[in-house]
Amino acid sequence: MSIYLNKDSKIIVQGMTGGMGSKHTTLMLDAGSNIVGGVNARKAGTSVELGGKELPVFGSVKEAMAETGADVSVVFVPPVFTKDACIEAIDAGIGLLVVITEGVPVQDSAEVWSYLQGKDTRMIGPNCPGIITPEESLAGITPHTIAGKGPVGLVSKSGTLTYQMMYELKDYGFSTAIGIGGDPIIGTTHIDALAAFEADPETKAIVMIGEIGGDAEERAAAYIKDNVTKPVVGYVAGFTAPEGKTMGHAGAIVSGSSGTAQAKKEALEAVGVKVGKTPSETADLMREILKAL
Amino acid sequence: MEYQAKELFAKHGVTTTLGVVVETAEAAKAAAEKLGGVTVIKAQVKAGGRGKAGGVKIAKTADEAHQHASNILGMEIKGLTVNRVLVTPATPPEEEYYFSFLLDRANRRYLCIASVEGGVEIEEVAKTNPDAVKQIPVDPGAGVDEAKAREIATEAKFPEPVFEQAVAMIESLYKVFVEEDATLVEVNPLARLAGDKLEALDGKVSLDDNASEVRHPDHEGFVIREEEDQLEAKAKDKGLNYVKLDGQVGIIGNGAGLVMSTLDVVAYAGEKHGGVKPANFLDIGGGANAQVMADGLDVILGDPQVKSVFVNVFGGITACDEVANGIKGALEILGSDATKPLVVRLDGNNVAQGRAILDELNHPLVTQVDTMDGAADKAAELANSGKQSA
Repeated sequence: MSIYLNKDSKIIVQGMTGGMGSKHTTLMLDAGSNIVGGVNARKAGTSVELGGKELPVFGSVKEAMAETGADVSVVFVPPVFTKDACIEAIDAGIGLLVVITEGVPVQDSAEVWSYLQGKDTRMIGPNCPGIITPEESLAGITPHTIAGKGPVGLVSKSGTLTYQMMYELKDYGFSTAIGIGGDPIIGTTHIDALAAFEADPETKAIVMIGEIGGDAEERAAAYIKDNVTKPVVGYVAGFTAPEGKTMGHAGAIVSGSSGTAQAKKEALEAVGVKVGKTPSETADLMREILKAL
Repeated sequence: MEYQAKELFAKHGVTTTLGVVVETAEAAKAAAEKLGGVTVIKAQVKAGGRGKAGGVKIAKTADEAHQHASNILGMEIKGLTVNRVLVTPATPPEEEYYFSFLLDRANRRYLCIASVEGGVEIEEVAKTNPDAVKQIPVDPGAGVDEAKAREIATEAKFPEPVFEQAVAMIESLYKVFVEEDATLVEVNPLARLAGDKLEALDGKVSLDDNASEVRHPDHEGFVIREEEDQLEAKAKDKGLNYVKLDGQVGIIGNGAGLVMSTLDVVAYAGEKHGGVKPANFLDIGGGANAQVMADGLDVILGDPQVKSVFVNVFGGITACDEVANGIKGALEILGSDATKPLVVRLDGNNVAQGRAILDELNHPLVTQVDTMDGAADKAAELANSGKQSA
């Protein structure tokens, strides 16, 4: 078991013929993902060879789904086209929409989120590394070579911290690792992933990585208190971030006294989540828990 | 800044008075003469509390305008030097209201906040009489049309004589919010002037950088370069994601989360080494080639406070051998300009090849450490000894 993504997932790539899209489609194929095609209205009917596989290019997500039975789409289109690409995939009824694109205008994300309400699509991202169920499937850009299958569920705002934490705990491995993205408005949240990991029998313990900005970690802490029985270890980046400066991720900003790493750490600790000071200390905390299980 | 917000207001049909922006006391006097009557001289900096800091003064005559402007120009408000003042006609409000549209991150929609009790003292009103501050959610898909604007104006209880003007202004302010891709559009105070005239007396607009980048090339004009830190401006010109901090250990890393984490780990390590701190945030992203690495090092070494540099890369997509070649190439490009010790920690994709390249390079300034914690400790130690010998 895993969450959201497994070996049976059939994946299409929106923007597969672009530079980023073709590079990462090849890497996803290397990871064992079942990529069944791509979407590009201007190249419909053609095909491209990536990673030794002939992949058809369809004119629309709807057509791609009808032809291949795809249930996952990974989006690599440029920021200004991302909103339309998402709406097209939502209209086609895609099950899982993974938006990798960085730099999407926040109002576009807000409109997509509004459009998504009441529909059947789960969105991850934008501005995220995507999701990996090791040894089964990768929908995104996380390197599949870092860690294998195991009992840890990982949810993180940051891409490279996802990689770092997978590396630190490669001796145990992961059920699924999901990067939800560092933008102010995102689809799948820490809470969504926590709920899915709680329900997943293969996941024995959860690592949650947060960073400055917003109050998602505080709300996740409140959720953990009432709903999560599995052990959770936390890490929060950005204790040294100054007020009012955006630290790389569009959503990573301390405004006044809100959004600080300290407040997030305290909120998590208040509900019994152990929070590491550094990635390696966080991994050690998780290791202790796993040993005791 | 206020005058820029007002320009955006005027562009979208929000009633406001632009006034005249000047940079000298003489020009302020001339502007006051031209406007005639009583004027207000207002410091233009991106900070709240300008009035309390003495940055807003009423001038009865043009000579007073000159005097106030010369006092205000050059003053510091929350660390920002005042280089401009706005001269506007003094229009004493009969009533002050508050109005804003903003991005509501937690609920993933927009929020309208309105109060007809108190404008500038809105935070005080929110504390003492929270019922007077109305919060009205706005669905980003549906937006604000006339009917919604009417609903907001009714909810906020705008008084009858200005009600219709409020409806029109709400629609226009929403236009500012969506057409300029703002994350905040605030009018404070929204004033009811003599003759029941509604006007945006002061305002603030925060723009979404992502949207400005891809949709609003004209927004570049709103950046006041002299207010930016020089190193930050230089980094921006080179397309680097850099934030200047106050410390001694320069930081280069890949990925925003990992770089933030690196700053923290260095700060902890610094506690054992004379209290040294991280000097900056710099995310070189995925493509860590020699030029990007050289540009990054160049900016960091341009900070006189920096005594050591910590390069922390986890090779995910990026391969460590590319990063190692980047460091090698950067040191060649910089030559004798590279003067500070470099602590490098590489992990992940192709780490063995990457470390081998740096081993072979055997550069006197470069120290390799295998773990992030260990490397942070080494960089802090070197910064501390550099500080003491300086």
